[in-house]
Amino acid sequence: MRGEGVTPAPLVEVRDLVTHFARRAGLLGTRKETVQAVNGVSLDVARRETLGLVGESGCGKTTLGRTILRLVERTSGTVRFDGEDVFALGPEALRRMRRRMQIIFQDPYASLNPRMSIGHAVREGIEVHRLAAGREAERRVTALLEEVGLSADAAQRYPHEFSGGQRQRAGIARALAVEPEFIVCDEPVSALDVSVQAQVLNLLADLQARRGLSYLFISHDLAVIRHIAPRVAVMYLGRIVEEGPSGPIYTRALHPYTQALLSAVPVPDPKTKRQRILLSGEPPSAVHPPAGCPFHPRCAHPLKDETCRTTRPELRELETGHRVACHKAEA
Amino acid sequence: MSIPAPAPAPAPGHGPLLEIRDLTVLFTVPGGVARAVDGIDLTVGEGETVGLVGESGCGKSVTALAVLRLVEPPGHIAHGSSVRLEGRDLLALGAKEIRAVRGNHVALVFQEPLSALDPVLKIGDQVAEAIRAHEHVSRGTAHWRAVEMLTAVGIPDAARHAAAYPHQLSGGMRQRALIAMALACHPKLLLADEPTTALDVTIQAEILELLDSLQQRLGMAVLLITHNLGIVAERTHRVYVMYAGQIVEEAPTEELFARPSHPYTEGLMGAVPSLDERKDRLQAVPGQVPPATAWPPGCRFHPRCPFKWSKCEREMPELLAVGPGHRARCWLVQEPQRRAR
Repeated sequence: MRGEGVTPAPLVEVRDLVTHFARRAGLLGTRKETVQAVNGVSLDVARRETLGLVGESGCGKTTLGRTILRLVERTSGTVRFDGEDVFALGPEALRRMRRRMQIIFQDPYASLNPRMSIGHAVREGIEVHRLAAGREAERRVTALLEEVGLSADAAQRYPHEFSGGQRQRAGIARALAVEPEFIVCDEPVSALDVSVQAQVLNLLADLQARRGLSYLFISHDLAVIRHIAPRVAVMYLGRIVEEGPSGPIYTRALHPYTQALLSAVPVPDPKTKRQRILLSGEPPSAVHPPAGCPFHPRCAHPLKDETCRTTRPELRELETGHRVACHKAEA
Repeated sequence: MSIPAPAPAPAPGHGPLLEIRDLTVLFTVPGGVARAVDGIDLTVGEGETVGLVGESGCGKSVTALAVLRLVEPPGHIAHGSSVRLEGRDLLALGAKEIRAVRGNHVALVFQEPLSALDPVLKIGDQVAEAIRAHEHVSRGTAHWRAVEMLTAVGIPDAARHAAAYPHQLSGGMRQRALIAMALACHPKLLLADEPTTALDVTIQAEILELLDSLQQRLGMAVLLITHNLGIVAERTHRVYVMYAGQIVEEAPTEELFARPSHPYTEGLMGAVPSLDERKDRLQAVPGQVPPATAWPPGCRFHPRCPFKWSKCEREMPELLAVGPGHRARCWLVQEPQRRAR
């Protein structure tokens, strides 16, 4: 156990998680290659906590979220949910576990059947998990729709009749229907306009406070993560490169990648001029991750040396709760 | 270097480079007629970067398409609209003439480079084709210039990448290739419609820096269409905010951020989470953008406005002067005491 003294056991404990998958490559699809999407990740999500997981496309954040829910099989490592090993569960136990862990997608169509009314979609989970039936199920659907800010008559309507924001609300209602404790929010506001994005972020915060939910909130948007998550993990090429309370991470990031990422965000204030750290090149592929530090080919740290090219840095705790995987980082 | 020196400065006082007056674009749809763009006025000066901000469905992309007469049926540009480039009315040009304007004078870059690139043509050939479409040069010269352009937009090992097909390049590389194509004939005006929205933030920063430096070298003007207020703040001189087919506010960029005067502009600013501090709650704009077939009567923003009163439901405000170069389409400009609630 990390941290000081006796802390309550985290709700979600991920240890050394590795998810590789094979895909066909080459012109005729005859060559096989292995994508090392998640490459040894350990993290905890406490009860009632939001952990923000931020990274650019292809860093493995979505695969990590799905592996934690066992929507994708792992290659090695463990995920414990409330102390239980998620990958050791049989089909029936897994089904019961699934009620406690849900996911919200960027595109709510991924969880809403276009031919099923919103009411039906929300009700489905309630019935599958036998939480209620008949009038009681009906009453719950109405209450859920109201809780996420949809009118009761939304139950009779179909996904295409809604705007993007309303559809995301419906996706949230569907996830909540089975009374989960933990929700993986995978870019839930990325496709929404800013004015609507704010509505959904506020809703997620309210629901967490009211229901005591834990979130793993995945996003590429650093400002959104700053807003929603008191604790943040930064992912690069399948690994967590920095993790800690958002205050220190956003004011004085210690990993050169986090520094570059933060410096790249355009700031809506014409009077501030940020010193921008431009990264050379693009993220290397997860099929052939570089040896040593995964970030070293793009890193501009003045002390970068042979060690960075040959030895992989482990996460080191440099300040309380603030861990960094960089040979050269200093608190 | 294939990128030429900036064009000689225009004779002073000959008006804006691009002047849009009363532009209206109508779409005939099953539910009626959608006024996607409804009487907008907008100007872009030589070498100026102008932001056009708004959310999806506000009409900002249709505006860009209309400038190049690329609006396709069921959409059409309404009579009485005017789009002038260096004084020449683009809406009055024949098909051949408007084709010459596209690329030669005005280029367009948009969000998804994959849809703008031909999937079965090599990148280098596409850039060379763009050059040959507007200039009489040999194939060999065009190819050589294409490789130079690809180098200029930061594609490493351009000779090799010129032989790649679009799907073999990353999103950032594709957007660079598209920019190379757009700039091949050194246009005076670049219409950039969400040019970095599909890209990662580190790549976005590189592309925007690239556009900045190319713009300075070429003396090109840019109409930057985006929903991202951060990009607007950092990259533009002047801004137009669009809502429901209309310009609702225009101002020099610093002025807009210092004194947003339309409640919609304020709403957008309050809705964006900040990187520097954690607000407890985001100030969301309630409701959503109405459909273009049913813009509300009176002020189109009134159903979502926290300050509305009866007049707003009945009468549509004009753009009212707030200060130098700063106008807002809101009755509060005339009755500021209504703000105190």
